[in-house]
Amino acid sequence: MGREGEVVSELIPAFERQNPGIRVQVQQIPWSAAHEKLLTAYVGEATPDIAMLGNTWVPEFVALDALEPLDARVARSSDVVRSDYFPGIWSTNVVEGITYAVPWYVDTRVLFYRTDLLAKAGYDRMPSTWAEWRTAMVRLKSGMSARQYPLLIPITEWPPPVILGLQAGSTLLRDNGTYGAFSQPQFKKAFDFYIGLYRDGLAPALSGSEISNLYQEFERGNIAMYISGPWQIGEFTNRLPKSLQDKWMTAPLPGIDGPGVSLAGGASLSLFRRSTNKEQAWKLMEYLSRPEIQLQFYKLTGDLPARRSTWRDSSLAGNRHTRAFREQLDRVVPTPLVPEWEQIATKVFEHGEQAIRGRKSVEKALAALDSDVDGILKKRRWLMEKQKAGSR
Amino acid sequence: MATATAGRLRIPSEANTAAWFFLAPALALIGIFFFLPVAAAMLLSLTDFDLYGIANPGNTRFVGFENYSRLLRTPDFWLALRNTFYFAFVGGPLTIAVSLGAALLLSSKLVRFKGVFRTIYFTPFVTTLVAVAIVWRYLYHSRYGFFNYALSYFGVGPIDWLGDPHWAMPAIILMAVWKSFGYNMLIFIAGLQAIPEELYDAAAIDGASPFRRFWSITLPMLSPTLVFVTVITMIGYFQLFAEPYVMTQGGPLRSTTSVVLLMYEEGFRWWRMGYAAAIAFVLFIVILLATLVQFRLQKERA
Repeated sequence: MGREGEVVSELIPAFERQNPGIRVQVQQIPWSAAHEKLLTAYVGEATPDIAMLGNTWVPEFVALDALEPLDARVARSSDVVRSDYFPGIWSTNVVEGITYAVPWYVDTRVLFYRTDLLAKAGYDRMPSTWAEWRTAMVRLKSGMSARQYPLLIPITEWPPPVILGLQAGSTLLRDNGTYGAFSQPQFKKAFDFYIGLYRDGLAPALSGSEISNLYQEFERGNIAMYISGPWQIGEFTNRLPKSLQDKWMTAPLPGIDGPGVSLAGGASLSLFRRSTNKEQAWKLMEYLSRPEIQLQFYKLTGDLPARRSTWRDSSLAGNRHTRAFREQLDRVVPTPLVPEWEQIATKVFEHGEQAIRGRKSVEKALAALDSDVDGILKKRRWLMEKQKAGSR
Repeated sequence: MATATAGRLRIPSEANTAAWFFLAPALALIGIFFFLPVAAAMLLSLTDFDLYGIANPGNTRFVGFENYSRLLRTPDFWLALRNTFYFAFVGGPLTIAVSLGAALLLSSKLVRFKGVFRTIYFTPFVTTLVAVAIVWRYLYHSRYGFFNYALSYFGVGPIDWLGDPHWAMPAIILMAVWKSFGYNMLIFIAGLQAIPEELYDAAAIDGASPFRRFWSITLPMLSPTLVFVTVITMIGYFQLFAEPYVMTQGGPLRSTTSVVLLMYEEGFRWWRMGYAAAIAFVLFIVILLATLVQFRLQKERA
């Protein structure tokens, strides 16, 4: 999928040389179309042997019963060593105790920031607690014009409010993922903090499509911090002018009283139940999971490897911008493993927007969010009741 | 001549068979590719078919009209309907007025280089909507956009075109009018050319003012064209989708979410096909009613 689809074709010839008799056909699909394409492939009984899945899609395909359980294969394998993976990332592929996919590359969110602007505000490094983080933003803001902001969090992105919620100890959903838990005190605390950033002018209430050129804004000092993922390292390196290259850094996310958690995102490799070449397909998955291939893949794409041993290579360990990611990856947690998650996530920022624009109080927005989420999960509750009745 | 069917055309039965024979291929195609899917969608709208239903048909329940009743209880749906009406009833007349105005100007004897202007005005219609929408997004940018730059010369403060819930829909309407008036304009020009010149000459001799000539000759003579353009424009505008999809994703605060966008989200993003099918039927009924009302109004005037 996407750039990864192009690059993986370069890794295949070596695999085919090592395994005469196996021919690999790679089909590239753009990310935006991938989800729909895989679903239609499932309906049309034309699923591939192996596919790369965004790890938030795993529960959905498990619900479709489309994926092959992998626990027995992983236990036997000398290439896929479970203990070498980041535990938070691995757990996104485990639904109700069964492993359905193997992490391929990882994605989490950290802070990108301007070191010079922070230094001017009196900080030589990024604070690690919410309170200090907020103080730093207030100080930054005092030296800025009305249209400059310490932090940019597009109001149409769900990860920031969700991450803050996870940091505050919220489970997001309750009762085995059948009801929303957004009105509970943990999430409310995070939501108050999040909404406060906009109400106090520390972050602009902009949607993703309104930001025309993030790098320009960053260069002009119109924003000083931005929460984003690993792909942004390459973009910042290429798009910011030379003069600014030693003035930006990454930092792990602050938490309530010390370094906080972030999202366990990324992509996984999965084996489809309908595949008729499972043994060969598994061989390819093992091959792509080897530390040295992971490293090669990182060098080709910039996607961060899922295996800890790969991170010891100097190209990663010595890179000052990936260091924050390495640290953050030890503190990642998955979002609830329910197929409805993506829809729930969009509801989080929609109700967040209501509160940011002052249309609703925080309490009302969260109550409305829970009621929407309970509606979305209605069918899931029915299915679980049915299962319970069936197993009785 | 004692035929019972005087005044009615008698068709011999062989001719009838032949007619059916010739109509059959077209009817079969329409039946298979139109009526059958419509019937299937109708059935679908009575179920809760969704992702779980794709996994296992046993997870689909027949729910009767629950999708419809839930839809009518969902504030997001009413908001989407309101937005769609806003777009159709403000954007539609505006488009027709602008295209009629442009057609009148281009039909005037005083205008030179008519072909050039016609081409220029028609160009937006044939450009790709998505590309155009992206360019317009830049024009609307609250900080660097051309519109705010131009307005600043008149002392008008920056408008957050696509970020303010009050301005987002007007911004989309403005773009849609610009994009689609060229097509209607061509049809109006064709309609204007069909009006006999003598009528104007006669009216001029009788001393009718230009406005009177427009009101009493041009408009009535143009009314069939006007009906056609109105109906087509309205039907098209009720199906508003691509503009908000590309420019605002339905935001801010869902102020540009149209019924079709809502249907797309429910159906193809969240895979709740039964619910999405119900939205489609409600939209169908709304468009049908609006079209009937228009025909009724036109008939009363005629």
